[in-house]
Amino acid sequence: MRRHSLQHDSEGRLHHLLTIEGLKRQQIVDILDTAESFISVGDRQVRKVPLLRGKTVVNLFFEASTRTLTTFELAAKRLSADVLKININTSATVKGESLLDMLHNLEAMQCDMFVVRHADSGAAHLIARHVAPHVSVINAGDGSHAHPTQALLDMFTIRRWKGEFAPLTVAIVGDIKHSRVARSLIHALTTLGVSALRVVAPKTLIPAAVESLGVHVVHDLDAGLRGADVVIMLRLQKERMQGAMLPSEAEYFSTYGLTEEKLALAKPDAIVMHPGPINRGVEIASSVADGAQSVILEQVSNGIAVRMAVMSMTLGRAPAEGEGA
Amino acid sequence: MNISIQHGRLIDPANGIDSHIDLHIANGVIAGVGQVPDGFSADSHINAGGHIVCPGLIDLRARLREPGGESRATIATETAAAASAGITTLVCPPDPSQPIDTPALVDLIRHRAKQSGHARVLPLGALTQGLAGQQLAEMATLKQAGCVAVSNGLQAVESTRVMRCAMEYAASQGLTVFLHAEDPWLAAGGCAHEGAVSVRLGLAGIPEAAETIAVARELQLIAQTGVRAHFCHLSSARAVRMLARAQYDGLPVSADVAAHQLYLTDMDIGYFDTQCHVRPPLRSQRDREGLREGLKQGTIAAVCSDHQPHGANAKLAPFPASEPGISGLETLLPLTLRLAGEGLLSLPEAIASITQRPAGILDLLAHGEGGTLATGARADVCIFDPEPYWELRADALQSAGHNSPFLGWELKGRVSCTLLAGELTYHTCD
Repeated sequence: MRRHSLQHDSEGRLHHLLTIEGLKRQQIVDILDTAESFISVGDRQVRKVPLLRGKTVVNLFFEASTRTLTTFELAAKRLSADVLKININTSATVKGESLLDMLHNLEAMQCDMFVVRHADSGAAHLIARHVAPHVSVINAGDGSHAHPTQALLDMFTIRRWKGEFAPLTVAIVGDIKHSRVARSLIHALTTLGVSALRVVAPKTLIPAAVESLGVHVVHDLDAGLRGADVVIMLRLQKERMQGAMLPSEAEYFSTYGLTEEKLALAKPDAIVMHPGPINRGVEIASSVADGAQSVILEQVSNGIAVRMAVMSMTLGRAPAEGEGA
Repeated sequence: MNISIQHGRLIDPANGIDSHIDLHIANGVIAGVGQVPDGFSADSHINAGGHIVCPGLIDLRARLREPGGESRATIATETAAAASAGITTLVCPPDPSQPIDTPALVDLIRHRAKQSGHARVLPLGALTQGLAGQQLAEMATLKQAGCVAVSNGLQAVESTRVMRCAMEYAASQGLTVFLHAEDPWLAAGGCAHEGAVSVRLGLAGIPEAAETIAVARELQLIAQTGVRAHFCHLSSARAVRMLARAQYDGLPVSADVAAHQLYLTDMDIGYFDTQCHVRPPLRSQRDREGLREGLKQGTIAAVCSDHQPHGANAKLAPFPASEPGISGLETLLPLTLRLAGEGLLSLPEAIASITQRPAGILDLLAHGEGGTLATGARADVCIFDPEPYWELRADALQSAGHNSPFLGWELKGRVSCTLLAGELTYHTCD
């Protein structure tokens, strides 16, 4: 089994994007650079480039999503691909058709790319192992494992604001344990070499052995925010209250919620990020989410350019110098 | 039918024998070791030159799927696979689809095994009715029907009071309780050892404490009730240390380990290899070393296959949604022999861990019903060539389950003949 090179082809090029883990720093930089060349496409009169003309992209979402699904769809359309959306909740798996049977059916329809979201960790790897060799798989979120395009668009956003990664102190605050975004962010930020990476949460939301991923664990929000250049807040799911992981939303907000007062502990030019959708008054105060240091909406628009970059690169159609812009 | 097995190296740990002597079988029992017994004349000879002759293997834990799971495997297919792997006795635990809580189920399993004739199947009776952990199963009746011990399978007995009563009752009936040590709340939803691998892959973890807390509770109850207990497929080094302490204190407890736990760790999951999805989960390298040490010291008495045959689709799913388990019958002997090859155990010790010692746990030894080649014992015999290397391939597996993380491994040692009560159930020799 080609365990460690599943997302690369025999020449080391990115064929699938399943996880940030295992990507070289230069590969991440190349994706960010390519995304940079696409950023202006959205501002044009005709918001399209013909890179994926004739290609068919299937959005295979086994789990509800608005933002990610929409930006993938827009990204594919701006690359001139045909886009098919399959909402699995109401489709075949209900009828007992297995995941892989369904894939083979779709393959028979000459699809070129699957963008997959699934509630189970490892779903994208499973699919990538079983698709025809010409098909690329993009992981749009699998269980608590990975959400690589979200991490890449966050890197893109950070780079636009901060330039270099090396001097940065980054704090990721919230439910690290159940967050695929957190895991992908950790791999991306450690690969790009930030000087300090903190995860901030009560122990109930910190997974065992998380230090092995190269982060510092902090349980006190003040200590976690002090001197930070980048503050990334994670969404808190309501289920955590039932699971006895937290007493209440109110107590969570009072101890780990990002308010203006808390944000003042970070560097004055710190940026505030959030993968969305945000819970106002739970993990973040409205005044911070809508405040001057928030780049949350910019993350969303950057998501389109980054996904265009990933889609074109995995299908081997990266723009030549100057072609994107 | 009289058989002489000649020229082999006879290793019978129960009787302290390791020498090149012949074995003589008459009417399904051992008639003589070494010397030809008076008046014995062999109807057939088996030439075991260069091979090792030992008692038929006893596997303390094998799921056979019948009744209820015949689409995956049957008693006929799995006992045939067992015979090809030198196994003559299989212990079959209850599970929700075959809870083994009525004499009818016990009869059915024993009847099917007898019909197939490939291996003896010893059912473990249910500890609680329907394995629901609420009402005691009819243990005395199950014992009478042929259950060798009782167990609640993989289902937890959540109530400590019920577990205490079950142990007290089992002790009264002279039954050993087989335990799967897993705290149901800490293990809930988990599919991998909680540690560096589960955090990387975003897999819900099963902490070591899920095992140690259950072991701690059961040990307290064992001390109170005086029941004889056996811990199945331990997975953590800490549990082994707890057990060693309990044995030192004189508690009547034994344990086994699944062969795969002695070779694999959570690192082998790689990127979601579902063949490594097992329960209890593969743990850390330190745990694997602790299990090996426990086996060497004797804290862990036996190695089992923890056989769980699956159809192909069971593993073709995202890791958390895939079925746990390994088709392990056919790797039990080679993986155990490898422990001798690696110098952890001597060859007779390795063989004892799959013959004499499990027979002792099941109380078969004293009755000559397995694990020994003493004169008068039933002639359950395994003959294997210890030398050849062979690659484990899915299409060559006899079991209906081809799910194994050892596919592609080079294994050493191959069974040539298996005899069940003097009858050949498998042979590749003349």
